[in-house]
Amino acid sequence: MLDISVAYNRYKFLGNEFLSWLWYVMEHEPDRLNAVTDDNIQFTIGNRMVLENAAHNASETVTIKGDDAGLEEGILALRKGAFVTELNLMIAEDEKQWQFTIKGESLNITGLKVPESGRIETREDIEGAVLEKIFLYEKIMGWIDAVYAFFLGVRLSSEWDDVVIPQIKKWILQ
Amino acid sequence: MGILSSNASIARYQVLGQLPDPVMETLTRFLSQHAIEEIDAESIDKSIGWTSFENPFKPDFSQSSFVIGVYFLFSFRIDKKAIPAKVVTKQYLLEMERRLKDSGKESLSRNEKKQIKEDVLHQLSLRIPATPNVFDILWNYEKSTLWFFSTQKSANEEFESFFTKTFKLNLIRRFPYTAAMDVLTDVQKDMLEKLAPSHIME
Repeated sequence: MLDISVAYNRYKFLGNEFLSWLWYVMEHEPDRLNAVTDDNIQFTIGNRMVLENAAHNASETVTIKGDDAGLEEGILALRKGAFVTELNLMIAEDEKQWQFTIKGESLNITGLKVPESGRIETREDIEGAVLEKIFLYEKIMGWIDAVYAFFLGVRLSSEWDDVVIPQIKKWILQ
Repeated sequence: MGILSSNASIARYQVLGQLPDPVMETLTRFLSQHAIEEIDAESIDKSIGWTSFENPFKPDFSQSSFVIGVYFLFSFRIDKKAIPAKVVTKQYLLEMERRLKDSGKESLSRNEKKQIKEDVLHQLSLRIPATPNVFDILWNYEKSTLWFFSTQKSANEEFESFFTKTFKLNLIRRFPYTAAMDVLTDVQKDMLEKLAPSHIME
């Protein structure tokens, strides 16, 4: 195993490729995410996306914000060689919805909103509320971990260069 | 920012190693030994330590108050006194003026000015209360996983070193490489070592 700080910098690209791939899969093969997570869930892009192009020793950042923002700028950035570095996602399961931002380089989760849970009215309610929150947080972590593990399998196979990259290229050149 | 907040941020860790048996007694002892110390009445500008989840301003680790289900739940607190620079400058100039008047001197030496600044900072830090920042920690001891409810770089770094100092256990942050090492086969790990970034448009 590599030194942790070396590994963090060396493999930032893997997290960014994961988010870029995830955007493609959400658009073109959403059923694949259900199969991977074993749950009937729906991933959609939320209200923020950040892309960075670090090619040719220059860094260019494109940030798309807003609930109904068009993603054309994002496609254009991908075309220029950028990758998604930060993505706000919404995941719905039945009537429940989770929303959060995930960062490619760290896989950190920020701004996580989970489905509403019971109100805390007395001190005795705290333990139940905490366990409920943990359950809702673990669901999201489980889904992300499952999708990331699936991505790794694809990324480390010949399918990545032979199938996935050509498909993504075709999508962004449409 | 905490576990019950409506908007949470989470950094995930793996805990390497185990606490000495009996675990509950060890954990209670370590948390109590490294509990946050109040500095409002001190001239110290920063304090860090563990505190209770339910009562972060009056830490109490007795009666297993940090156990919920299979989890340990407690908090990390960073108290800092932030003295505005303009307040320091004002008090420093006033004090200089007073000393010049009292001594009848035309000017003060470098050492005297330095001493005045130190005195001013000391006096101000006794008067200004520390601002507390509380970050929740959820530790699944059986699975050796831990969630820290903040992704602020400085808070995570303070937490990581204080955790290791307290419990003598190392933490490994979960990020693309470490998360991959958890799920890949040995063959895939070898492939990952040689992996280079993709270039979609080339």
